[in-house]
Amino acid sequence: MSILINKDSRVIYQGFTGQHATFHAEEAIKHGTNIVGGVTPGKGGMTHIGLPVFETVSDAVRETGANVSGIFVPPQFAADAILEAIEAGIKTIIVIADGIPVQGMVRVKRYLIGHDAMIYGPNTAGVITPGECKVGIMPANIYKPGRIGVVSRSGTLNYEAVEQMTKLGHGQSTSVGIGGDPINGASFVNVLKAFNEDPDTDAVVLIGEIGGSQEVDAALWAKENMKKPIIGFIAGVSAPAGRRMGHAGAIISAEADTAEAKMNRMEELGVHVVRNPADIGSTVDRVMKSITAVPLT
Amino acid sequence: MNIHEYQTKELLKSYGVPIPEGRVADSESLAGIVAKEIGGDRWAIKAQIHAGGRGKGGGVQLANSIEEVRKHADKMIGTNLVTPQTTKEGKLVQRVLVESAQQISKEFYLGLIIDRIRQRITIIASASGGMDIEAVAESDPDKVIREAVDPAIGLPEFQCRKIAARIGLTGALMPQAVKLMQALYRCFRDKDALMAEINPLAIVNENKLIALDAKMSFDSNAVHLHPEILNYRDFDEEDAKEVEATGHGLNYIALDGNVGCIVNGAGLAMATMDAITYHGGNPANFLDVGGGASPEKIANAFRIVRKDPNVKTILLNIFAGINRCDWVAEGVVQAMQKQDITEPVIVRLSGTNYAQGQKILDDSGLPFINANDLDDAARKAVETVNEITQSLTQNGLGR
Repeated sequence: MSILINKDSRVIYQGFTGQHATFHAEEAIKHGTNIVGGVTPGKGGMTHIGLPVFETVSDAVRETGANVSGIFVPPQFAADAILEAIEAGIKTIIVIADGIPVQGMVRVKRYLIGHDAMIYGPNTAGVITPGECKVGIMPANIYKPGRIGVVSRSGTLNYEAVEQMTKLGHGQSTSVGIGGDPINGASFVNVLKAFNEDPDTDAVVLIGEIGGSQEVDAALWAKENMKKPIIGFIAGVSAPAGRRMGHAGAIISAEADTAEAKMNRMEELGVHVVRNPADIGSTVDRVMKSITAVPLT
Repeated sequence: MNIHEYQTKELLKSYGVPIPEGRVADSESLAGIVAKEIGGDRWAIKAQIHAGGRGKGGGVQLANSIEEVRKHADKMIGTNLVTPQTTKEGKLVQRVLVESAQQISKEFYLGLIIDRIRQRITIIASASGGMDIEAVAESDPDKVIREAVDPAIGLPEFQCRKIAARIGLTGALMPQAVKLMQALYRCFRDKDALMAEINPLAIVNENKLIALDAKMSFDSNAVHLHPEILNYRDFDEEDAKEVEATGHGLNYIALDGNVGCIVNGAGLAMATMDAITYHGGNPANFLDVGGGASPEKIANAFRIVRKDPNVKTILLNIFAGINRCDWVAEGVVQAMQKQDITEPVIVRLSGTNYAQGQKILDDSGLPFINANDLDDAARKAVETVNEITQSLTQNGLGR
């Protein structure tokens, strides 16, 4: 098992015929992903890499039964593309596009109310259930099927953590990028809830960064509800206040936004906090060994 | 993207927000002329830099004669103003805003932000004006009013009345407050702002509500929708290296250490700095080369990082997903061959096309320091810097 996506997911790509979408759709198919088609306005009726292209998302849903969409359109069109996916009834919307105007996302979040859909991103490397389904731009070869759930704001730091744990023999149930933007879809809490319910996830690695309060909110929720250990890291101990560190959401606006403050708070709440980003894999290993060492009663 | 006070006021005025009469001047003589044109017998002279706390640094002065206006303008223009929000070197003042001074009877705070928790545009208001709102929120949270705006309907009048009533803008002041809040919201929404702040919002002569100071910043991902905002950009307020980096599609932020960093992805770039710090080192910069970086882009990253004279070693850490290690390696070789790089270069590659990239580096015969993983890379960078500083100290050269 896994969360969000699996071998039965029926995936479309919006912005399908673009260069990046094409490359990453081909990579995803090699990984076993069931891509059923794509959407590029103006190119409906075409066949692209052997798959049907539709004018609209609702056409694609009607014809293919799609339930997952990867959004690869340029950022200036991305908010509209998300609205279209929500309206067409897509349940899992994964937004790779980076650089969407913040107020555009505020309107998207408003539209989401009353719709049964969840957005991952924007500005995410995507979601992968190793060996089954990949919607995103991550290098698939570093992920291995396993029992660790991963959730992160950053893409490349997710790769770093995954490589460390895979090298030590710990594969992943699902790895979820929630994106680096200040206004995003699923929060850490949403993803933790899903991992908590997943019988094939034993522990979760949570990778956050400076700015906002999502990581601490997640730790607060976990203290009351989570049945599985969490290994946590917050990037940006060395980041200066008041500067946007690459990600639009990575900015220290108040004392509670700092990496140090977040890690201390998370530790108090029972998260296995890693202070050196190079120790994420070894901490997973230690925590997993301590779980399996406990005799079942 | 930040803009100056005088630009914010010009923009807000076009939306109907009342502001004091005033104009910007870039010389003491022009400041005198402006004051004469405005008329009256009392003026405020305000240094225009992108930093708050100007009053504390002497960047806001009152004058009772044209002579005094010119004297203050002369003192400010061309000198560096140091405020609690600038570095200790301060920021060069190139212009002053000359305004007719107001008789203030009460000050308020009014701001708009995009609240990350509510995920909405949110109004922040307080009867404690003229102060640092974060300090007020800390010491007296009840005095700070927050109201989230529903993007589906915008900011309705009743919500403005509710806010006005709670901060004491009642009676004849209420309709003025409603009009002002709606104008501020329209401007914020139309121009894709991220932050707008009127502090203080003041009651002046004969019960008139007016924006005495104003500050706005805009979403750089949305300026293509309103290119007129770009006319307000002041490159002198930005770090030259950061501006150049942006031109090359690189995200660079100067810091004060000595290990130059070239990384892909914002999260990994921060984590690389953190790993260096963890091992007792000090990063010289944040630099994210982004996705799909060409060899030229990598070479440009080296050029920018090396412009910082404090850089003693360079750590390149690439975990390629959408990037390609072979392109990155070509860029490194290009930089080493053309830029006469004397600093030791530590390279850690992983991910897409790793083997091809490593082969390019090995075949080049150039003196790289190879690192196996993030920890190895950070350790080697810190060791290298320590060796260099030690030998400089022994030779009586370094600090």
